[in-house]
Amino acid sequence: MRVIQFREALREAMSEEMRRDKNVYLMGEEVAEYNGAYKVSQGMLDEFGPERVIDTPIAELGFTGIAVGSAMNGLRPIVEFMTWNFAILAADQIINSAAKMLQMSGGQYSVPIVFRGGNGTAGQLAATHSQSFEAFYAHVPGLKVLTPSNPYDAKGLLKAAIRDNDPVVFLESEKMYGDKGEVPEGEYIIPIGQAKVKRTGADVTIVSFGKIIKIVDEAADALAAEGIHVEVIDLRTIRPWDEKTVIESVKKTNRLLIVEESWPVASIASEITFRVQRMAFDYLDAPIRRLMQSDTPFPFSTSLIEAALPNTGDVVRVVKELMYK
Amino acid sequence: MAKSGGSKFSKAQYLKWYESMLLMRKFEEKCGQLYIQQKFGGFCHLYIGQEAVVAGTISACTKDDKHITAYRDHAHPLGLGMHPKFVMAELYGKATGCSKGKGGSMHMFDKELNMMGGHGIVGAQIPMGAGIAFAEKYKGTKNVAFCSFGDGAARQGALHETFNMAMTWKLPVIFIIENNNYAMGTSVQRTTNVTDLSKMGDSYEMPSESVDGMTVEAVHEAIARACDHARKGNGPTLLDIRTYRYKGHSMSDPQKYRTKEEVKNWQNQDPIDKVLDTIIKNKYATEKQIEAIQDRVKALVDESVEFAENSPLPDPSELYKDVYMQEDYPYVTE
Ligand SMILES: Cc1ncc(C[n+]2csc(CCOP(=O)(O)OP(=O)(O)O)c2C)c(N)n1
Ligand SMILES: [Mg+2]
Repeated sequence: MRVIQFREALREAMSEEMRRDKNVYLMGEEVAEYNGAYKVSQGMLDEFGPERVIDTPIAELGFTGIAVGSAMNGLRPIVEFMTWNFAILAADQIINSAAKMLQMSGGQYSVPIVFRGGNGTAGQLAATHSQSFEAFYAHVPGLKVLTPSNPYDAKGLLKAAIRDNDPVVFLESEKMYGDKGEVPEGEYIIPIGQAKVKRTGADVTIVSFGKIIKIVDEAADALAAEGIHVEVIDLRTIRPWDEKTVIESVKKTNRLLIVEESWPVASIASEITFRVQRMAFDYLDAPIRRLMQSDTPFPFSTSLIEAALPNTGDVVRVVKELMYK
Repeated sequence: MAKSGGSKFSKAQYLKWYESMLLMRKFEEKCGQLYIQQKFGGFCHLYIGQEAVVAGTISACTKDDKHITAYRDHAHPLGLGMHPKFVMAELYGKATGCSKGKGGSMHMFDKELNMMGGHGIVGAQIPMGAGIAFAEKYKGTKNVAFCSFGDGAARQGALHETFNMAMTWKLPVIFIIENNNYAMGTSVQRTTNVTDLSKMGDSYEMPSESVDGMTVEAVHEAIARACDHARKGNGPTLLDIRTYRYKGHSMSDPQKYRTKEEVKNWQNQDPIDKVLDTIIKNKYATEKQIEAIQDRVKALVDESVEFAENSPLPDPSELYKDVYMQEDYPYVTE
């Protein structure tokens, strides 16, 4: 099958949807003439013109509000944030406006909009530029939250997000844009709300999402070489997450580890843990474990970054602890 | 635009400007090289070309005034007199850096020098700068706060909220737009209907002027006027200081948004060259004395690299330090 980059998969998703529906447009900082800060929108200005691929000033609150208003009035904006860290300035429009409009208008005004951009840590960018937003936005009723981990999922999920009639928070990574993966030529959509069982195994279930799932994959290989077979679930959709797939897996393996690139307090891992103990308490043979980044602002120095993030060895160790090995 | 000739300032001032700006320039040229050699990571936004903005500001301020700026912040601490080795060590993420290796390129701090940060979120320092001034007024001092930000940052809505309050409350803050005409690849012309940024204070009746930022004397004089105004209790001034960054936005910028000619034209008004010309024309220094300055600068830069290279990385235990003032804060570790 054809192999393309993550950024190309995103671009194809946006371009295909823009060809299909003239109400879809892309707006954000440096998306047009500069071809995107991370080159996701390369060439899109040439194809769609400045009416549909729109450079904004550095004014996140303003342009996000403009996009939300346009969505209330029939358009289907894609808002690119250079990274999600800067969307904090726009959080009012995402959380107070987009997420609540349908309910507060008694079902009259929907907000079909996609907010997308880089999320999470990306090396030595220091504390403000290294945050993960799954838990922040998953907390908010009215939003849907997606985090793809590979080009195939990125394309199928972004197309689903653009066609979805609700506001969608779409979390990418500066560190993944160059990742390559198989993506078929033809059109496909990945439904929102479906996890993917990446690897089957009977010993321990590992739930993860986003780029940190790479350490899970590595650990799974290492463990397999030792005869331990983990089941790896890529959540892909964070809200609403695929509880059924996770619970089924836990009922089979009786052990659960969650690996999440974010802070531990009030995390997605916290939420999954609650639901699993509630729905599958009798199936658990060990306390649920999680591997998270440190409960600190993300550091700058390499020595501290190493200490702040879980690694492959940590996954291997905790899987064995879960199995009392 | 406020311009100025050469004779109003002393010989000592010119020599100081020259040495200070040359240090910024040479230090950052070294940073660029080291970055390409992957000696340190993260972002690296160079101030090269804009040196007169910091040099002219600092020559016109007093040591108790406060400074806050954006992520393009290597020159500010140097101008304030920080030894460059502490900036370099910070770039390297070393424990000896001015922010203990916890901030990196975008976050240079020094409480003793009243350097209240580089800040990585575009425009965040605009309200904070006014807040720093608020505290000076509250405490009844005569100090002012210098709040520097880019032409791109000027588009953040918080600017308007801040300008309104700063004028209403007559805060002793000087808003300095380090106007290099570009925010990454976006020119001022592409993001606004009013390209004269000095007009941004008009609806608040904030005093403002455009300043030639390639001429250190002009910067100094404009800052001195604004300081005088603020210290008398009359409140803020907005200075639209027109300058230019010779290098890309950060280290990975193909710069397709501007021509080589445009860059050349600005380089022809180089602020350091101009100061050196004045020094030579007025015989403020002999060739030998100028060489001595250049040698001192080179030695400082070399010393900085060596210091940074030989300094230790922060101990992993530092991860859980400096997050809360409370020393026994109960972190969640699993
Ligand atoms: C809130 C926010 N939005 C976007 C960014 C990404 N970003 C970093 S620098 C920059 C351009 C800023 O330009 P300007 O204010 O003119 O400063 P200059 O780089 O020219 O000094 C952008 C868009 C950011 N750091 N913070
Ligand atoms: Mg600028």
